[in-house]
Amino acid sequence: MTAAYPNLKTRLMVGMEIHVELSTRTKMFTSAPNVAHPDYHDASPNTLLNPVVIGMPGTLPVINEEAVRMSIQIGLALGCKIASFTKWDRKSYYYPDLPKNYQISQYDLPLCGPGEIEIPVSDEPDAPMKKIRILRAHLEEDAGKLMHEAPGGGKIDHSIVDLNRAGTPLLEIVTEPDFDTPQQAVMFGQVLRDICRHVGVSEGIMQKGHIRFEPNINVIIEKEGVEYRTPIAEIKNLNSFRAVHGSIAYEYERQIEAWLKTGQVMDARTKSTRGWDDNKNVTTLQRVKEDEDEYRYFPDPDLVPLNVDPALVEALRHQQPELPLARRVRYRDELGLNTRQIDALIAEPGITQMFEAVLAEGTAPQRAVSILLNYGSKRANETGCPLQQLGITAKHIHEIAALSDADKIGSSAAADLFNLCCDHPDQTAADLANKHKLLQVSDDGALEGFVDQVLANPKSAKAIEDIRNGKDKAIGALMGQIMQLSKGQANPKRVTELIKQKLQN
Amino acid sequence: MNPCSTTLTQLRDAIAKGEISAVQTAQAYLDRIALHDPTIHAFHETYNERTLERAQQVDDGKITGPLAGVPIAIKDNLCTTFGRTTCSSKILDNFQAPYTATAVAKLEAAGAIVLGKTNMDEFAMGSSTENSARGMTANPWDTTRVPGGSSGGSAAAVAADFAPGALGSDTGGSIRQPAALCGVVGMKPTYGRISRYGLVAFASSLDQIGPFCRSVEDAALLLDAITGHDPLDSTSLNEPVPEHYKTVRQGTPKNLRIGLAKQYMSDANDPALTKAVEQAIEVYKQAGAEIVEVDLPHTEYGIAVYYVVATAEASSNLARYDGIHYGHRTENPDDLVDLYAASRAEGFGEEVKRRIMLGTYVLCSGYYDAYYLRALKVRRLIKNDFEQAFEQCDAILCPTTTGPAFKAGDKTDDPLAMYLNDVYTVNANLSGIPGISLPAGLTDEGLPVAVQLFGSWFDEARLLQIAQVYETATSHQHHRPTMGN
Repeated sequence: MTAAYPNLKTRLMVGMEIHVELSTRTKMFTSAPNVAHPDYHDASPNTLLNPVVIGMPGTLPVINEEAVRMSIQIGLALGCKIASFTKWDRKSYYYPDLPKNYQISQYDLPLCGPGEIEIPVSDEPDAPMKKIRILRAHLEEDAGKLMHEAPGGGKIDHSIVDLNRAGTPLLEIVTEPDFDTPQQAVMFGQVLRDICRHVGVSEGIMQKGHIRFEPNINVIIEKEGVEYRTPIAEIKNLNSFRAVHGSIAYEYERQIEAWLKTGQVMDARTKSTRGWDDNKNVTTLQRVKEDEDEYRYFPDPDLVPLNVDPALVEALRHQQPELPLARRVRYRDELGLNTRQIDALIAEPGITQMFEAVLAEGTAPQRAVSILLNYGSKRANETGCPLQQLGITAKHIHEIAALSDADKIGSSAAADLFNLCCDHPDQTAADLANKHKLLQVSDDGALEGFVDQVLANPKSAKAIEDIRNGKDKAIGALMGQIMQLSKGQANPKRVTELIKQKLQN
Repeated sequence: MNPCSTTLTQLRDAIAKGEISAVQTAQAYLDRIALHDPTIHAFHETYNERTLERAQQVDDGKITGPLAGVPIAIKDNLCTTFGRTTCSSKILDNFQAPYTATAVAKLEAAGAIVLGKTNMDEFAMGSSTENSARGMTANPWDTTRVPGGSSGGSAAAVAADFAPGALGSDTGGSIRQPAALCGVVGMKPTYGRISRYGLVAFASSLDQIGPFCRSVEDAALLLDAITGHDPLDSTSLNEPVPEHYKTVRQGTPKNLRIGLAKQYMSDANDPALTKAVEQAIEVYKQAGAEIVEVDLPHTEYGIAVYYVVATAEASSNLARYDGIHYGHRTENPDDLVDLYAASRAEGFGEEVKRRIMLGTYVLCSGYYDAYYLRALKVRRLIKNDFEQAFEQCDAILCPTTTGPAFKAGDKTDDPLAMYLNDVYTVNANLSGIPGISLPAGLTDEGLPVAVQLFGSWFDEARLLQIAQVYETATSHQHHRPTMGN
């Protein structure tokens, strides 16, 4: 910025509000199925309803304890203090996607209190770490969706409501304004998403809106020793990291330009909400908040306050899996994995779990990684089935690694064996290798027979001469024939040795 | 026997013994309703076919239970999968609930038969049943007078012998006050004793379902059927429920201490009420009870606190009636805001609108602390008063109302005068304690008056025992209005 505005010193200041949809089986306050649970992702509109969701007269909310547990898990991962006493408040506003015209939320006593978490400031391998302070995280219910087009995109002269999402448990996490680059905000978002997915509280599918970001952005401008703060803009409902980065970067420039033009600085009446235009890569003004919103919060008389059992918090703290960031460091420092490998292993919690299980079988890390990521990814791509659901077990992978290490199978046989294990998860890899004749012939008696037969073949003369002249590459030409004779089971390493031996004598 | 002029308990026993069939009983009540309800208008609708069908099933032994064959009237704010649930409001004119209120479901599981839905003040807001979009209900004792409210239809139904028992809801006195004005027994149990699931909310922290009937024993019997924890209502108490009917049958408790509070003995009370309370004191003295004076110093703030808390909750509870998902929707709105505003303007009556505005106001930032928060603090003080009082006594005796039933139209132009009807009842709701209104004779004009007993939290069994002492000694419950048959 300083380059573009030579006489200004500017600093970006961003805080984030993040909504995480929890993947409980049922909704926050009733037993209707939750659209954020993987079993219900593709439910047809308005099929995940019951009278409570529709806010019919006389219906009452009942707390979903699973959602409370999941929220505590996220809170703990973010280093938050977990409240021992928390309550539920009604936040009132009228909108057709909010059937009761109030949202059950938590106003002054959130479930998770202040905390902090360290994040890398960028995705560079050795990026320095930075502390991000968490202000609070509170549990509430999501609203439904209002649509202005017919399903499939047709024009309609009215709006339609889908209440499938109404009542989905939502954890709203609020940070302090601790981000000073768009990259930091993105890194935080990614760290949070990884946490949620690895702790198992959200599917974290961005396109489905499982995690939604609302950065609050302004710029501190120093000119001739005087500090000015631009009005805060809140960007609503971002559901991609690209949008988080783009909107913050855009606002940084826009707010400086606006200040240069108008000189307007932050006060209570200048906060605005803006939207992100994904096609034009700009933010657009939605409304200027003249006053604080009037939500008429008050304690929900239909619910009793929640006393959080400290034993539950301790149990959840104890059960917490290794968090993704710590795991990355361990994979790098202790297992010697490279960034590409780590990214691939951490990308899916199921893959991470599979990898850990393979390690637990006693497989060497590099072996485990290469089998999982080479054969596994290939098969996952070919079959369209997620790697962690291919059917192959950690035990199989360990067996395949052991067979390879003992030179009992070659690399192409290993790939075949991997696929066989996926198809027959109930059989051992050794049995499958045996049954499908994938085990290499390393016994010299048998191999010498093949080698002699090939060397005696007149067609081999050219290759033999090349090999004698030191061109080892020519062994490849003979190897093909030997593999044909051995139906692929000859151990190529031993064959090479035998050929060389015989031709040198 | 005439099934329409017995107590609920007697009727139940007669059906159980086969002295009268459930179908005969049901038909007798339906006939009586058909004959007299056009004058009284206690009911919005009756379910004749369903009633007779269920009665036949009782007679066939297919429906059993402690209330087998007993017809019951229910207030029109209790949701049922059969019929409409309108709350006497235009905004729910055609509302059919896809669920049945837990209390009603329990009642029918005990063998009772829902006769029909009774008139009420719109959304239970009122003390005369005049705030009904579906017409007023007449007091069976004098049809020019109101039956009280908001459960006026249920009270009138029991008084007019249209049903041996009824359910109502009590937010600030809406069971006890109409019971008093109609000369029947009416009880508000402890908050949390009965599930509110399926009761259309007025003020969630105050609403409680309770019975109307012709004797204390009847109240115990009905209570046994409808109490208990409901996993669908987080505010319902998750504790074992005592057997009220059995306890009441066991007789009189020993070493009774009856509390009297000067705050309930205003000179402004109708002399008939003063006399009734004095008579009740005598009854308890005769029964060997100790009469103790208790102090309830925050009583006078009850009405003010009530109209802040109840309206605040109501403004939020009634926000859902917006014409979007169900209920009345205006025709041809200009836009979304107009759809909301016009649907609600057309759908709600005057009193409901007044309370929504009041409640919205007290919850606004800037006013919240001065009204709502302060009201909560005073509410706590009122509760403390009762906590201290119940250390000194087992029940508190007071009038239910300041006077007998008033003429229809007398207070409709003066909301404040109407609100003061609840002066002796609201504090039980604000503190959560149970209260029961008992017939206490007639005025010179022949209008019923009542006394009220408050009990300690979840102590309904003893409260009913204590009430029965008075009932047995006075027999005021046997007074019936003349209905021209």
